[in-house]
Amino acid sequence: MDAITQNLDLFWSGFLRSLTICLWGAVGSLILGTIIATCRVAPVAPLRTFGTAWVTVIRNCPLTVVLVMFAFGLPEIGINADFYTFGLAGLIIYTSAFVCEGLRAGINSVSAGQAEAARAIGLTFTQSLTQIVLPQAFRTSIPPVGSVIIAMIKNSAVVGAFGVGRDLFSVGESLTSAQGYAALPVLTGVAIGYLMMTLPAGLGLGALERRVAIAR
Amino acid sequence: MTDAPTDTNPTDSAARTPEPAAPTHRPLVVLEKVNKHFGDLHVLKDIDLTIGEGEVVVVIGPSGSGKSTLCRAINRLETFESGTIQIDGVSLPDEGKELAKLRADVGMVFQSFNLFAHKTIRENVTLGPIKVRGLDKDKANERADQLLKRVGITEQADKYPAQLSGGQQQRVAIARALAMDPKVMLFDEPTSALDPEMINEVLDVMTGLAKDGMTMIVVTHEMGFARRAANRVVFMSEGRIVEENTPQEFFTNPKSSRAKDFLSKILTH
Ligand SMILES: Nc1ncnc2c1ncn2[C@@H]1O[C@H](COP(=O)(O)OP(=O)(O)O)[C@@H](O)[C@H]1O
Ligand SMILES: [Mg+2]
Repeated sequence: MDAITQNLDLFWSGFLRSLTICLWGAVGSLILGTIIATCRVAPVAPLRTFGTAWVTVIRNCPLTVVLVMFAFGLPEIGINADFYTFGLAGLIIYTSAFVCEGLRAGINSVSAGQAEAARAIGLTFTQSLTQIVLPQAFRTSIPPVGSVIIAMIKNSAVVGAFGVGRDLFSVGESLTSAQGYAALPVLTGVAIGYLMMTLPAGLGLGALERRVAIAR
Repeated sequence: MTDAPTDTNPTDSAARTPEPAAPTHRPLVVLEKVNKHFGDLHVLKDIDLTIGEGEVVVVIGPSGSGKSTLCRAINRLETFESGTIQIDGVSLPDEGKELAKLRADVGMVFQSFNLFAHKTIRENVTLGPIKVRGLDKDKANERADQLLKRVGITEQADKYPAQLSGGQQQRVAIARALAMDPKVMLFDEPTSALDPEMINEVLDVMTGLAKDGMTMIVVTHEMGFARRAANRVVFMSEGRIVEENTPQEFFTNPKSSRAKDFLSKILTH
């Protein structure tokens, strides 16, 4: 356990960095996922095609492949950024495809009559989506989208391993490989760090789900 | 939001003097040669129909004859391939802001009510006026309470739709449509999802509207309502308008064999 106690500050800063990545990742992928889901149900065929293509391509590629494309592919076509930006962007884009599908399940659970009634009183497509369909869809989407976000927190380790650096996973890696600490205690510390993010996330989602269930 | 032309008080049709509907002849809804397919199925066949301002038209016909599709085409919830539909002299635009504006002028009441499940009764009625007409919230609330009172819903404004009976929900749906001050109201079998004891409370509200001079297109098999409130009955069969007549003439003396056949079926039980 010395490995943890002696490096507590390192673990803590790694935890904070991972937390930052996850918060931005969650915000970014929820927004992007909502936009893509909107495209998938839009009355405009090219938008639907775009949304479907986005989900099909990204959901079926391994995260590592998406990240390699970003970190090494984009500079080849003249787009440059640091690993942190590339890593975060890759994580957001990868997760958005799953958020989109979770949301779409929610949208499909809202009866078609709701959107028709909205259109019938003169709401535009965007208004009927934001006022009527999405608020109801979000409720049913909380469990599936919540699972996606928890998976994203764990996937942030892949982004860390990819060279973002100084995150929880990288801290564990450098302690074991560069500084020669035994793997088991160090990785226990790393695992505790991730649990400190995923467990509260799960609890928060459960609470959110109960709250909107009562409000109905 | 508040710059929409709504600062003048919208005319409250409740305030109009209730006198027997005397249809003026200004055409309000005009359908010409409307055709619609679902795949190979020809659902609307060369529909020509003109509805004058203040007129109440009951559409009747066997299940699957295209009555719902006709209603839905009139406010463009359903597209159609050929022909034209004009509301107050304006052709239905394609999807977009223009269409949304035109739809606001056409009230629609659905068989399954379709109240917004996550909004309170009052919010259901105020959403359109606030978002579409740009009314401020206080005015919209005030008007919603008037309309709810008019359809006989009192002290339920803060409840959610699921807490109301079917008859109450349908009356709220009528208030929601009225809140937009529509030029014409479409009713697609508004009472067929209701328990028998709730049918009359909805029909009474509709009869009141008809008396107040609202232009109405009503798909229904309620002959009592048709006799009481309708100026005209339109009989549809297999996507065509087969017969049009006054309720009295149509029910006592149908001309086409299809109408005779249909009436004999609904009259025997
Ligand atoms: N969305 C749809 N897709 C395919 N066929 C449909 C659709 N809606 C209605 N139909 C068909 O169109 C015909 C007319 O339907 P509808 O207008 O609902 O009739 P009605 O309201 O008179 O019972 C029916 O045969 C019905 O099965
Ligand atoms: Mg029908």
